[in-house]
Amino acid sequence: MLRDRGHQTSRLLRLILRRDRVRIAIWLVGITLLTVVVASAYTELASTEQERQVMAETMRNPAMTAMLGPGYGLDDYTIGAMMGHQMLLFTALAVAIMCIFLVARHTRGDEEYGRIEMLRSLPVGRLSNLSATGLVLLGSCLLIMLMVGISLSALGIESLDWSGSLLYGAALAATGLFFGAVTALFAQLAETTRGTVGWSVALLLLAYLIRAIGDVGNEVIAWLSPLGWIVRSQVYVNNYWNPVFLTALAASMVFAFALYLHSIRDLEAGFIPARPGRRSASRFLQTPLGLAVRLQRTALIAWAVGLFVLGASYGSVLGDLEVYLETMDLIQLMLPAVEGFSLTEQFLPMLFSVISIVSTIPVLLMLLKLNAEENLNRTELLLARSVSRNRLMSSYFGIALVVSMVVQLLAVLGMWSAGVAVMEDPMAFETIFNAGIVYLPAIWVMMGIAVLLIGFVPRWAGGIWLYLGYSFLVVYIGELLQIPQWMANLSPFGHIPKIPIEDFSWPIFLVLTLLAVGFVVAGFMGYGRRDIQG
Amino acid sequence: MNVIQVEKLSKTFGHVTALDGVDLKVQAGEVYGYIGPNGAGKTTTIRVLLGILKASAGSAKVLGQDAWTDAVDIHRRIAYVPGEVNLWPDLTGGEVIDLFLKLRGSDNRNRREELLQRFDLDPRKKCGTYSKGNRQKVALVAAFASDADLYILDEPSSGLDPLLEKVFQDCVREVKEEGKSVFLSSHILSEVERLCDKVSIIRQGKIIETGTLSELRHLTRISVGVQTRVPIVGLHDVSGVHDIQKEGDWVSIQVDTERLPDVMKHLSQFEILRLESGPPTLEDLFLRHYRSTGGAS
Repeated sequence: MLRDRGHQTSRLLRLILRRDRVRIAIWLVGITLLTVVVASAYTELASTEQERQVMAETMRNPAMTAMLGPGYGLDDYTIGAMMGHQMLLFTALAVAIMCIFLVARHTRGDEEYGRIEMLRSLPVGRLSNLSATGLVLLGSCLLIMLMVGISLSALGIESLDWSGSLLYGAALAATGLFFGAVTALFAQLAETTRGTVGWSVALLLLAYLIRAIGDVGNEVIAWLSPLGWIVRSQVYVNNYWNPVFLTALAASMVFAFALYLHSIRDLEAGFIPARPGRRSASRFLQTPLGLAVRLQRTALIAWAVGLFVLGASYGSVLGDLEVYLETMDLIQLMLPAVEGFSLTEQFLPMLFSVISIVSTIPVLLMLLKLNAEENLNRTELLLARSVSRNRLMSSYFGIALVVSMVVQLLAVLGMWSAGVAVMEDPMAFETIFNAGIVYLPAIWVMMGIAVLLIGFVPRWAGGIWLYLGYSFLVVYIGELLQIPQWMANLSPFGHIPKIPIEDFSWPIFLVLTLLAVGFVVAGFMGYGRRDIQG
Repeated sequence: MNVIQVEKLSKTFGHVTALDGVDLKVQAGEVYGYIGPNGAGKTTTIRVLLGILKASAGSAKVLGQDAWTDAVDIHRRIAYVPGEVNLWPDLTGGEVIDLFLKLRGSDNRNRREELLQRFDLDPRKKCGTYSKGNRQKVALVAAFASDADLYILDEPSSGLDPLLEKVFQDCVREVKEEGKSVFLSSHILSEVERLCDKVSIIRQGKIIETGTLSELRHLTRISVGVQTRVPIVGLHDVSGVHDIQKEGDWVSIQVDTERLPDVMKHLSQFEILRLESGPPTLEDLFLRHYRSTGGAS
């Protein structure tokens, strides 16, 4: 009987590969390419010893530690040390997200849609599907390890040696395995795919925040987060393998627990049971606007809290940054100093460029929900009643607009209140407020493009995520690599003035806002005219 | 041997009792009907039989083996069609059918092709583009193309049009002729009447009647319509007469099947001009059971 539990695992494994061959390949190639491109860019950017050491000095501060993990090898800052310190954590986050989606899709996803029921009525073991998913996860992570490891060492860059490159790949793989296993566990606990993905991503963000707080403040706290382990492998400098083994071990323990829970539960049940709901709809729910808010309620609250915490966690390092500045005069000499601005003020726009892109996510999620509803044939339920398309879309658009302002304001408030608490000479609220709010037009342009896509080519609406990903790359990596300005200019985020170093610019504000309005109006017109899919 | 043997089966979800002491015995070669209103526990019973829900109490045996612990062994010999078929939108119907057949281990190409034709299914379309009825067909083709001993069908024809429903019924008769057993849940009563040897009726998680169709007939009523030269009197005093409705000189009544001779004797006194009668249907029986215990809507 025990042997039966995994019966036909290999055939289900092939089913998953058949369904996901393209999806997995795109992720693997994308992550490998990104890594290789960045590594080659570093060689051009910091070709001399002196340039590398200047960069190393910019890394010696708590804000960078909070964002990237503790710096290491800064005294001899090789290309390898740069890769390991500046790229490993964020690439690991990308791999983790890939694994979360991969596992959620093939566990709770298939179960929620009733496909597992069909399989389980056949001679297929109780644990076969979860085991097959685990094997695909393992295989994908091993491939990442090999593809990234081999291509990095094949670049022939002196400090990117084979053993370090393999560890770099292994660190990515271990992170992926851990969060994939966590997703498998949440797939047993939550009753829906949304819940599974939501809890898993929440845990990923929590792991990032705990690591940030721990890396800046207390080493012990950083060891509570698997991401804290990963950044301590000190790839290319000391090549510690133990954190990677620890992560992989933790992953297998979590996955084993998921297997156990799966073996004792009913199909389509979860250990966090759904509560019975209301008997009748509240007045609030009885409009398209109310329905849209209700559908996204939990997610919106979670994102609002998340953005506040993100702002606060960045704000909390401002104090350390200040203290640090007082003791180290050298830095101020080496940094490309801007007259009249403190280092903390110079960091502000960089922090907000990252925060603003994160703020854009809930805004886009809200808009794309309209598209998702359409694909599930639920939009027609509303449109068949006396609801116009304009009214339907403006419900979602209106909420997204409000969300864009609220989350950005919450991030500002979070950063300001944490800053007040930790800084001896706190920054003025106005400074932080301006630095944050100035990004709104860029967020609105992203909204505009999303509306445009939904209005004309709903199939490609998801492409907005690629554009947001591109924006993140040019804003975040561009900051480190000083990429050509035209590449940054392709993203609305690249045009935003760096307040307080630069002045607020009415022309930029007006042009971006008008562009957004134009996209939105066109999108509404397109939505009013096209066929409803599904 | 009993292909399905369920004893005192109970299943609770938290505080909700879905099944409350269900007993079922399906003998080899039988087509067994399992009827009840929505939410009565039909699908829950089937899911326990498939070993994807674990019984809270009682036992469920399929083909002589325990439904939970021996699920994989059992599933080699059964075929299942769910009430609502959900498939992978990115695979074609043909791919899904092959997957199911391979997973079971039987691979009868001729039978597969024949069924594709009979059910009029295009196997090259992606499942994401199939309508509900077409997804149902995929599951039916996969089920009947496999060489199973027991077919468990959960409201299998709910998405089919009348022509294909006929094809489905033919398939059920064919497997019955081969000596296979069929467990068919339904709320389409004419379907159960046409196909089943034996029936159990479930309501609110309890079996309220079990028997062959003729055994259950004692519970059924015949509808009789009659026109007489002399106005009928005294009908209220005849036992076994229900729902008397008069429309001009046309009288329609419901008669308990076993009381029919007495009622006819009474009616004949009034010089019958026209007489119509409908066959006893499970519909009436079902409705009566449903009403008599004052069920929820």
